[in-house]
Order: sequence, then structure tokens, then C-alpha cells
Amino acid sequence: MKRIFAREEYCLGCRLCEINCLVKRSRSKRLIKALRRERHALVPGVRVEEAGRVSFALQCRHCDDAPCIEACIAGAMRRDPGTGAVLCDEARCVGCWSCIMVCPAGAVLRGKARKVASKCDLCAGEATPPCVEGCPNEALTYEER
Amino acid sequence: MKSDRTKYLVLGNSTAAIGAVEAIRALDRATPIVLVSKEPRHVYSRPLISYLLAGEIDEERMYYRPRDFYERNRVEARLGVEAVGVDARARVVRTADGAELAFEKLLVATGGRPFVPKIEGLSYTSWDDARVVRTEGVFTFTSWDDAAAIAAHLEEHHPARAVVVGGGLIGIKAAEALCARGLRVTIVELAERLLPLALDRRASELAARACADAGVELVCGATVKALRSQGGRVSGAQLADGRVLPCEIVVLAVGVVPDLRLVEGSGIRTERGIVIDDRCRTSVEGVFAAGDVAQGRDSLSGESRPIPIFPHAYRQGAVAGTNMAGGEARLESAFAMNSVEVFGLPTVSLGLAAAEGDGYEVLVRLDEQARAYKRIVLRDGRIVGALFVGDIDRAGIFAGLMRHGVDVSAARELLLADQFGLLTLPAEYRKHVVEGEGVEV
Repeated sequence: MKRIFAREEYCLGCRLCEINCLVKRSRSKRLIKALRRERHALVPGVRVEEAGRVSFALQCRHCDDAPCIEACIAGAMRRDPGTGAVLCDEARCVGCWSCIMVCPAGAVLRGKARKVASKCDLCAGEATPPCVEGCPNEALTYEER
Repeated sequence: MKSDRTKYLVLGNSTAAIGAVEAIRALDRATPIVLVSKEPRHVYSRPLISYLLAGEIDEERMYYRPRDFYERNRVEARLGVEAVGVDARARVVRTADGAELAFEKLLVATGGRPFVPKIEGLSYTSWDDARVVRTEGVFTFTSWDDAAAIAAHLEEHHPARAVVVGGGLIGIKAAEALCARGLRVTIVELAERLLPLALDRRASELAARACADAGVELVCGATVKALRSQGGRVSGAQLADGRVLPCEIVVLAVGVVPDLRLVEGSGIRTERGIVIDDRCRTSVEGVFAAGDVAQGRDSLSGESRPIPIFPHAYRQGAVAGTNMAGGEARLESAFAMNSVEVFGLPTVSLGLAAAEGDGYEVLVRLDEQARAYKRIVLRDGRIVGALFVGDIDRAGIFAGLMRHGVDVSAARELLLADQFGLLTLPAEYRKHVVEGEGVEV
């Protein structure tokens, strides 16, 4: 399956990926509105880590052997049989945070607007997720490896 | 008879059983699986009973897998059928209705049963079947039936005060649900503090404060010695010190123990639970066990013991299923872990979260105002325990490090820093996680 990969050596630490993800997840889909009015309720599915001069963007790895699926008490975390992406069914999630407890990448976060797990869903249906599309230095790729 | 031996016989219908079914089906699409379960219900999630009782979810959301799960996985589900004995030599399981099911491969995933302490004034049908508590208004809290019985009691008798016996996970979840239903709740805990197994002293204090804020009374270092009743219905709980807590409902939430009645006298080796190896095999060839009924090796202590937690049950079931279907799978590592919200205060406890003393190095960070507390326990440069209260974000990174036994000596100073993340960790480990090769639980 196609996954998002980061290239540490190219990452500028600009966090545009986080912003593009927020806009994608917003209601308005408009940068200014999303940042000014909706941001309090939005959690980006990607986050940039920094240590000294090194930085890289990290999101759900959609692991082949995903511990979040096994730990989910609500049957909400599932693998999409078509794409292979690990997706959280927000209508079933009860916010027990078992997925947060087991995610080795620390890539599941608590939702802000609703008490449900929030993570990257690979923007199902998009040819290229906006975090990758908008990266100014091509530090993110969307590919099969 | 021999000719219609079931290739795969699964006893149980909860997390471990489903893990096994899904793993078998990943390798063998066709051979029918027979699943036998005492409860006449489609597979549901036990930890959700507190959410159901609280009214946070409806019955439809209780189901752990879609309604066509058995059909789609070619599972012949015999629900409402109790297995009562295993004849390991004849390779036959006997059921309560007198039938015999011959098997080639058997998985025992029948779970645990609530531990019910000896309390005066509490009557059971028998000590062996402690589930059936007869005193009206007294309940255990591990099954959908328990939640339904409590809900029916609330609707019929409108109790105002509840006593929950046990301040562990089940007790806290029961207390939360009863609070949500408008009752005044007192938790009675034998230990000196709340969640004594999962939390250390400081974390317990934060949890106790969250309970107090919700109006729940905590009585620690106490035991319920006797129950009082009026007209056959519970009216109070008497503590060992003589104090009486008036109440109209009591929930016994002391814990669960492996339910071994089914395998008694079968020759399958048991200690506290059914003893399994790292492939979930029991002492009898072709017989596997998984979930709360089993005990396997705890990778932190090296001892074999039951670790009755949800993710484990699934993983053990999956490992058993793979091996039953002729594949090759092993349990990689196992330790206790729990994620529990205590009246809105999130907590995550991993492994030896409360350990202290010789051989352990403990790192602590406390933000009293934010009610955020973190505690990391190291042994020989590796993380063997971690505790998060209030701020649980990215706790799973620690679980991953524990699972893989990563030496974090070099990153020691940064483990509790704000900028902690994968970038703080050895590059090889980061690559392993990021490249998505799959990370074993």
C-alpha cells in the first residue's frame, strides 16, 4: 500500500504539513478561516518533531501489524479492506485511549471537538494527501515501498 | 464420530476468540470453525459495559464485530451452549446439553469470572458459581447481563446510594457509570489507595482527587465484612471497623480470576490460569488457550501469570489461531498495561509503573496545577514501567520501547522533556517505527 514517508534531510521544519492537514480537516477548507476560527477544535494528523537542527514529519504509519487495532475495545479501529489504511470509525470510538497507549509512533491523539481518537487517515480518496502535496522541499513522499 | 471431528473448535466468544477466528481465516479461508459460548449474544466488548450502563452508548455499539461476522468468517456459532468438560485424550468437549464435540484443534478462550470475596449476608447459589449472587441489589460487573441487571434494578427501585467494593479498574468504571445515573457512590478499597496495581502513590492521589471532585466518596484500607438487608434487598454495607454505609445497591468489583472449571480434571496443566507457552499451546497437544483464562510469561518479571487485559487477549487469540491453522506465531513480549479515565482524568499505566527500590531508576515529572504527572521506571538502561496521568499523549512510544527492549540510556535526559519524540530516540529504532515494518505487541 501507499504510505507517507518523511525525508529528514530535506525537512525544513516549516510545519506547512500540519497547516495543510488542519485546512483539509476544517469545515471551511480555507486557510485563514481554518486557522482563525476553527483551529481550537482541530487536531492535525501529522506533527513535526524537532531536535536541534534535525526535524521530520510523523503521522500514523498504518502498520501492517497494527497494535491499535488489537487494543481497540470498541471495534472502532479497523483496516480498510480496500486501501489497507488503518481508520478510526468515530461513530464507534468511545475515547478510552487504548490506541494512544499502544501506538509506537505516538501518532494517535485525543480529538478536541469530540472525545474520539484522532489520527491520519491518508486522506482517503485523494491522489496525494495535502501534507505531501504542499511540502515546499519535497520532504514528504507518498509512495509504495 | 471420528470422521466429523471439527478442525477448529473455539470455546468462548470474546476478544481472544475473535482474535483466533481472524487469524485462522487469514491462513485458511475455507475449513469451518465451530465456536461455542455460554452467553447467547453476538460478540460484544466487555469493557464497554460501563459505557452502556452510563448511557454513553446504545446497545448497537456494544457489538465488537458486525452482525454478519460469523457468517462472513464461516463460523458455526453455537451461542447459549455451555461447554462443561474437556476430554483431552478422546479429544472431545462435552456441553451442558449432553452433546459431545470432537475436535482436531481446540482453543479454550472462556475468560475469567468475577472474584467474589466472602462477605456475611451475601448468598450465592454456590461458591463455585459466584456469578450468581442472590441477594437482591448486589451485583458483579463483568458481563452485559450484569450491566443489564443493574440497569433493571435502577429502573425498578430507584436506589440513591451505591457501594462499590473494589477500587481497581472495574470498580472505578462501575462507580463512574453509577454516578452518571445519578447515584451517590462510595468506593471501598482494601489497599491504602486507589488503583493500587496500576498507579503509584502520587498518581493514586491525583485519581482520588478526580473522584472527590465528582462527588464520589473513597474509603481506603477497608473491607466490607457484612451486607445488611431488609426484606431480602440490600440496605447497607458494614465495614470491618463496624461502620455501616447505608446503600440500596452494591457492586462487587474486586477483580477477575481465570475460570478453570471447564478444564478441571482434564489433564490440561493449570496454575492460576491455564499455562500456555509462547505459541499459546497448553500442556496437551492440539489444545491452545488464550485471554483471561490463560497465563503466559510476563516479559518484565519472567514469571508465568495471568495478565487479564484486552490487547493481550486479542494478541494471544491471534497467536493461537495462527498456530492452529498451521502457521508460525509467537508472543513477542507481554506486560500489564491499562488506559483508564478516572472521572475525566486520563491515565495510562505500563508494566512496572509503580516500581521503586534497588535496581530501578525512577524519573518523575509533576505539574501539580495541570494535574499532569509522568513517571518512567528504568532497569539496566531500559524502560520497564511508565505512568502517565493527565497528559497521556504519545504514551505509546514508551510502550513500543518497552516491547522492543530498546536501550534508552543515551536519551535518558529527554524522556520527560517537552520535545520528547521519535527524534529523541536511536536512529535505528526510529527507522524501524517509521518504515512501518510492523511492530509486534
